[in-house]
Amino acid sequence: MLTPALLAENPTANFSEDTVWVVLVKAVLLFAVAVVATLLMIWAERRVVGRMQSRPGPNRHGPFGLLQSLADGVKLALKEDIIPAAADKVVFVIAPLIACTACFTSFAVIPFGPEVRIPFTDIDTPLQLTDMNVAVLFILAVAGIGVYGIVLAGWSSGSTYPLLGGLRSSAQVISYEIAMGLSLVSVFLYSGSMSTSAIVEAQQSIWWCLPLLPSFVIYVIAMVGETNRAPFDLPEAEGELVGGFHTEYSSLKFALFFLAEYVNMVTVSMLATTLFLGGWRAPWPISLWDDANTGYWPLIWFALKTCLFLFMYIWLRGTLPRLRYDQFMRFGWKILIPAALLWTMAVAVVRAMDQFGSIDRRDRVMILCGVVLVLALIWAAVEALRGTPPQEKPADPEIPVDPFAGGFPVPAMPGQRLIRTNGQAPSPTDATPALEEVRGG
Amino acid sequence: MNPYVPILALMAIGGGFAVFSVAAGAFTGPKRYNRAKLEAYECGIEPTPPAAGGGRFPIKYYLVAMLFIVFDIESVFLLPFAVAFDSLGVFALVEMVLFVITVFIAYAYVWRRGGLEWD
Repeated sequence: MLTPALLAENPTANFSEDTVWVVLVKAVLLFAVAVVATLLMIWAERRVVGRMQSRPGPNRHGPFGLLQSLADGVKLALKEDIIPAAADKVVFVIAPLIACTACFTSFAVIPFGPEVRIPFTDIDTPLQLTDMNVAVLFILAVAGIGVYGIVLAGWSSGSTYPLLGGLRSSAQVISYEIAMGLSLVSVFLYSGSMSTSAIVEAQQSIWWCLPLLPSFVIYVIAMVGETNRAPFDLPEAEGELVGGFHTEYSSLKFALFFLAEYVNMVTVSMLATTLFLGGWRAPWPISLWDDANTGYWPLIWFALKTCLFLFMYIWLRGTLPRLRYDQFMRFGWKILIPAALLWTMAVAVVRAMDQFGSIDRRDRVMILCGVVLVLALIWAAVEALRGTPPQEKPADPEIPVDPFAGGFPVPAMPGQRLIRTNGQAPSPTDATPALEEVRGG
Repeated sequence: MNPYVPILALMAIGGGFAVFSVAAGAFTGPKRYNRAKLEAYECGIEPTPPAAGGGRFPIKYYLVAMLFIVFDIESVFLLPFAVAFDSLGVFALVEMVLFVITVFIAYAYVWRRGGLEWD
């Protein structure tokens, strides 16, 4: 009974006229779009963050500094490609390949527009590479494979900071992937499909960000956490972990990780547009114009909506400080996940009342529930992030410790007292009262 | 055409670009051997020798991974339910609510036992 119901929800986009060369042209164009979007995004980020910090940002290479990212790429290519002696060499080289390949792959199912006529031919084709009945699930799966690139890079570097960065990153991505997956469930409930083109089709009358506001909010938070961006950029917290998982990478291998991060940002922004902001459909005042949703025009609306999310990324980075790791995990596990789960069940119940019952005030109920839940979410977030001040433990009697015992200097832990050794092997009687006074003062 | 074939095309382009970049990086950059350059980066001090057993990490990360599997499987069950919702009827909704309640009990248990505390 389940299988035919699932298979019935096929993509609405019609790919029947796609020949091999059409597919190849579309794939090459998508790749170009991803790379150019990355270059522009890096430039835009540096310019906008510069403005937010009252400085001009890069403005020397090309008009408005537009070629800055390209110059940086060339510079990286001319740097020495170092593989550390302690690294696992094979995995070290494979990791950036995985990260880069995965980030491009998820572009395949994003719908950029409706069916159009390819110029100079008589072939009608959707502005989308491909689509299937599990398209959104496919994006989640590919994002999961991208994590392999990060965690393998951290593990194979044979160094402490990358290992910690890789672990943090994987824990972070999988924690927020649950909240993200749960927030998508209500979109599937409303659209009756996981195919991206069918979801855009279902938003003809209303964009899902309005009736499903809490899902939208949870998705946006989770997408920032998924892509390791500020204020959730703990895997590369430069004050703690130098560069995180890519500390040991140089030259073009580093550039690939950089590219993957920005392409992922573009992908999740495009997915947010597709699922919640009506995809390529024109926004309200423009949608009154009959031709707004035909031909190549939707590309503009789609790009504008995506830029909205990308600007939000930059804005967040320019505004918010980084979270502590325990705050971050608590927020994900104790607030986002239960909120997403409760909201999903509420949507299912209201939807069932609408479908199988006689209640006909769905939208009012939904919007009311949504507002209440968003308020609860904000309150809970503030409450959780404020937290309680750490309790001061009563001072233990301090234990004298030799800082050179392991062959290299270590700082004193709480409850420990360093012995002055002057670089020599210590003896237990070394700690004279005079030296302790120096330390205490 | 099978809808998964175009994905392979895009994957091949992306993967080809990645392989080309990694291969090109080995030729375009200089090669100046220096023993210190090949050591693990630790802000300039002598690198810490790797601990016995090598590459060990805090057990918390393992716990997070296990919890992820539990909750991700739950959301995997929710996805087909959501897609087929209109044709399944009230029975499926009641079943799903019962399922989510049992998951919530497990969730409350993990919370109570401190499985969600980071420090």
